[in-house]
Amino acid sequence: MAYKIYKVNEEFKDIVPEEVVELEEKATWGNPKRGVMDLPVTKELLEEHSLCAGCPESAAIRYILASLPNPEDTIIVNSTGCTSLVFPHISLHTVHSLFGNQNSVASGIKRVLEWRFPDKAKDVVVLAGDGATVDIGLDYTLQSFFRQEKITTICFDNEVYANTGGQESGLTPKGHVFKMAPKGKLFDKVPMWQLAIDSGCHYVARLTVSSPKKVERVIKEAIYVARELGPTYIHLYTPCILEIGLNSDDGLDEMRSRDKERFAFFEYKTPHAEEVIAKYKAEGLL
Amino acid sequence: MRMIENKVEKNWAGQRIVSPDYLLFEAPREKHFMTGSEAVKEAVKRASVDASVSYPITPQSEAAHLIGELWAEGYVGVYFRGENEFGVMSEVAGAAMAGARVITTTSGPGTLRAFENFPMWSGTRIPVQLVLMARGVNSPLSIQPDNLEVDFLLDTGCMIWYAENVQELFDMILAGFAVAEQPDVHVPVITAVDGFFVSHTREAIYLPPDDIALPPYAPYKSPMPVIDAEIPPGRFLRDPFVMKSNYISYATHASWQWEVRSAIERSRPYAKHYLKGLTEEFGEKDSEVVFIACGTAASQAKEAVRMLEETEGIKSKVVKLKTIRPFPYEEILEATKNAKYIFIPEFNVVGWLEREVRKALYKKSDAEIIGTPRVAGGMTMPKEIIVREVLEYIK
Ligand SMILES: Cc1ncc(C[n+]2csc(CCOP(=O)(O)OP(=O)(O)O)c2C)c(N)n1
Ligand code: SF4
Ligand SMILES: [Mg+2]
Repeated sequence: MAYKIYKVNEEFKDIVPEEVVELEEKATWGNPKRGVMDLPVTKELLEEHSLCAGCPESAAIRYILASLPNPEDTIIVNSTGCTSLVFPHISLHTVHSLFGNQNSVASGIKRVLEWRFPDKAKDVVVLAGDGATVDIGLDYTLQSFFRQEKITTICFDNEVYANTGGQESGLTPKGHVFKMAPKGKLFDKVPMWQLAIDSGCHYVARLTVSSPKKVERVIKEAIYVARELGPTYIHLYTPCILEIGLNSDDGLDEMRSRDKERFAFFEYKTPHAEEVIAKYKAEGLL
Repeated sequence: MRMIENKVEKNWAGQRIVSPDYLLFEAPREKHFMTGSEAVKEAVKRASVDASVSYPITPQSEAAHLIGELWAEGYVGVYFRGENEFGVMSEVAGAAMAGARVITTTSGPGTLRAFENFPMWSGTRIPVQLVLMARGVNSPLSIQPDNLEVDFLLDTGCMIWYAENVQELFDMILAGFAVAEQPDVHVPVITAVDGFFVSHTREAIYLPPDDIALPPYAPYKSPMPVIDAEIPPGRFLRDPFVMKSNYISYATHASWQWEVRSAIERSRPYAKHYLKGLTEEFGEKDSEVVFIACGTAASQAKEAVRMLEETEGIKSKVVKLKTIRPFPYEEILEATKNAKYIFIPEFNVVGWLEREVRKALYKKSDAEIIGTPRVAGGMTMPKEIIVREVLEYIK
């Protein structure tokens, strides 16, 4: 198992930063049953983050990292945006290369890892904002679905280009006023979850990150289905509290209120995906 | 040839693994007759290539699909058609990050569509090889040979080599991997040829046997961590410099860009070895009339050298550049010691090679530097035109 790479040389233990030593000693490796309930008692794979205080993106990333069934063999591909500020703090193999090309980079990585390690499950997960996934990167997102790449794509939908200071995105709801849409957005929010279904994803979910346990289940199912079948897509509401004028402790309430409307929990599974999920359930992994 | 337990070592395609030196310089060669596109296939066949992603655009489509045939035949590990060149160049980037030897091809508008990826490749320190079959960039649309796009690529942090003909293209592709993958180099290499003039022209070519191949890529010699979760991650930082507005961040970004350029500089000794010099001369050594050129312009200049000698009794020579990045400053300085007139024939409207040569020789040479003839948009460069230009200047 590749988690041996986190073993610190005994000779260097006194000079290696303590969080790196903790990774070896207190993180959960080699245990696919790990999950969000481990968060308070184990070492997290995210050291710190430089997002705004209370940004729901940070909660989402922590839940996702805690839920990965196979972190020691998981590669995460990112894009430009607020999330890219978090990436260098993640103690897994991560990539940031350009804005919008995340599903292309992930396709190249996944195909080569299958070629180089045919007998090993190496999970590739894409994690990017709504601008990256649906506007500038839509072509590459959908084309990776068409090609049936075995990757899990997670979109952090905050309904805005947050990192550049609050401009309208394709996922902004119609009528909402943001920069570059001074008269309000003129067209509907792009139904990305539906596009994912139509483009060949085997598992699709839409939810807010108000419930950590639900996030865990969805992440695990999506990753297992991607490993066995093909593309899976998760659409998360992670509101940009800064751009919609909320306080740092308001994120959870905002998500809970959207749980009842445009981010009401929605899930889609192909019959094949159902079989995969049933198999993993039978093994006690879900 | 590497041996293990007295057994010949083979790659996944069953080819005997030999050293780059053996493949390039020692293996017996047989004469064939083929186009530049077919020569790409023959080179890739002997290069133990792990992955390639393709996209059609004239004049490189044939080379790109022939690599696909090699995949179907079991010589290439991973191959597919990408969605467009931006996607393709990101897909090959991902493939290289995951530890693969990667090759792809493009031309003209494809290069521009992909552009954001090239500095990303070099900054990521992946030794991707791009075979560039230069084609016009213009509106209205042109598919003809024209190498303006090479100008755009000069400062992307990629090595840029220029092959004159089908034979050189074959050898350069193999040498390209050998040089780009050196741990102290490890930057992308763009192997350029003129579209049609090389891609579509059938020429004599000498090929080593096809049951031998380069040693497979050794990903763990990379100066950057391979993204395969088999070695510790390299970007786990307490205080990352990404997008930070502080002096350390600025300094890191500045020094990394310098480092990429330094890596290209460090490629010089390897390129000299595997290309047998960064430049090549043709004609009378001490000539006062010197042509500096690359690619097809060098071929045409050689014809002009013959014609000048035969019809006018004027001695001249060609200094052919095989590498543009790194730029062969010393070689050019040495080769133009006796020059009075330096002509730079080019297949583009801007004269990027003239600009490069002027910069290299500024305050170091008294020769007159003349950026002519210059043709573009698919026009050819007959030797008569070159000779006429020379006579106009020197008489
Ligand atoms: C090619 C390119 N165009 C534009 C940008 C500028 N840019 C950087 S981040 C960003 C917004 C990202 O929005 P999103 O993907 O929704 O992520 P968020 O910041 O909202 O989490 C933009 C437009 C860029 N880096 N590259
Ligand atoms: S700008 Fe918005 S999305 Fe970005 S870190 Fe701050 S709250 Fe989060
Ligand atoms: Mg956003």
